[in-house]
Amino acid sequence: MLGWGVDRLRADMNRLLAMLFHQGVLDEQFLQLQQLEDESSPNFVSEVVNIYFHESEKLLRNLRGLLMDREFSDYKKMGTHLNQLMGSSSSIGAKRVRNVCVAFRASSEQNSRPGCLRALELLEHEYCYLKNKLHELFQVRPLLTFPNTFQNSDLFASRFGFSLVYIVTSDVKLRCADGSTESTGSWSDLRFVTMESV
Amino acid sequence: MSEKMDGFDLSPNSNSDNEEEGVHVLAVDDSLVDRKVIERLLKISSCKVTAVDSGWRALKLLGLLDEEDKSSSSSSSSAGFDVLKVDLIITDYCMPGMTGYELLKKIKESTTFREIPVVIMSSENVVARIDRCLEEGAEDFIVKPVKLSDVKRIRDYMASREVRSVQNQEERSSSNINKRKLQECFDLSLSSSPPSISSSSSSSSSSSSSSLSYPSRSPSLTPSPPSLFSSSAPCSPSSLDSPTRRLKMTGFD
Repeated sequence: MLGWGVDRLRADMNRLLAMLFHQGVLDEQFLQLQQLEDESSPNFVSEVVNIYFHESEKLLRNLRGLLMDREFSDYKKMGTHLNQLMGSSSSIGAKRVRNVCVAFRASSEQNSRPGCLRALELLEHEYCYLKNKLHELFQVRPLLTFPNTFQNSDLFASRFGFSLVYIVTSDVKLRCADGSTESTGSWSDLRFVTMESV
Repeated sequence: MSEKMDGFDLSPNSNSDNEEEGVHVLAVDDSLVDRKVIERLLKISSCKVTAVDSGWRALKLLGLLDEEDKSSSSSSSSAGFDVLKVDLIITDYCMPGMTGYELLKKIKESTTFREIPVVIMSSENVVARIDRCLEEGAEDFIVKPVKLSDVKRIRDYMASREVRSVQNQEERSSSNINKRKLQECFDLSLSSSPPSISSSSSSSSSSSSSSLSYPSRSPSLTPSPPSLFSSSAPCSPSSLDSPTRRLKMTGFD
């Protein structure tokens, strides 16, 4: 139990991010968004990404709806949806999703329904993968960036089975399962004395 | 107000106090994701932001729509009580209804608003599109995704516009400066950068020539001589390094 701490979580997060970059799932625009976070806007990236999820799922539903219609012919409308998805994907650094949109658009311009159907399947797959990975990332990320904000501290503590007693600047007190309190002194010194499943 | 010796604040009428404060940007984009991002980019660059989702709404906010509806040709004073005063407009190109290009045209056609710089954003790096926008008077063209460096470039440009505008004001009010102060400034100019004063009176007792074109002092200014001796009211808008920006590689495909 001892020695878990913030460092391990940070390492996990970096590993995940590195993998996503290596796979081409994310690109430097995602890093750019991270740079826009600060104490005044600590959850900026997850806020934008949540808006992206919301908008993208609507667009994907529209695309599927269009293609499922046997008498579908409005490729122009499909192109509009694709352009929107392409644009927002590029704005958050979702490189692979964007690239699939580009290929999709090519099929659309050729008025190829089978080509579009294949592209849509691939797009939905890529989008799902991205969403799952980003959810994983956000479980850990905000906690590490601004551990002193109350909201994140609460989440952080509860994840590992503690209920938070109070925070005084960087001094954290945790209440353990047996009712005793443990003071860690600072987030970087965080130790987990007992683990209790939440 | 204390008089600085660099020449910019010699005139008590100078309002250079407001130089870098509150650049108000009107951002236009139909994508909520992009609006959020551009808003954050601008805020973190110390700009005030109003973000809208369409060209139509932008024109309404500016009060331009009302302007067109007026049957009587009234003056170009602000139309209504809730008209927005902006220093810069940044708009997406591809939007349903009114495109960014059409918005650009409407703004440049308006006598009231055509001096407001307009920047176009687009995810497509199409040279013909870029040229068309620049020809229509766009200040710059940014290929999406928009980055902090893009916003910084625009910010620096806005700051240099302010400086030039202050210089023009200085020129106009330079007759308020008595010759003694002129002398002091020219003496100081030997050790520091020369003050941006134009000598409207030819009988300056200073030994320095007053017809020099001083090089720009601030590194953020574009490398053209300041328009000290031009009498045109708006400072000549030197374009940003658009040709190099156009060909920015997005790294995709």
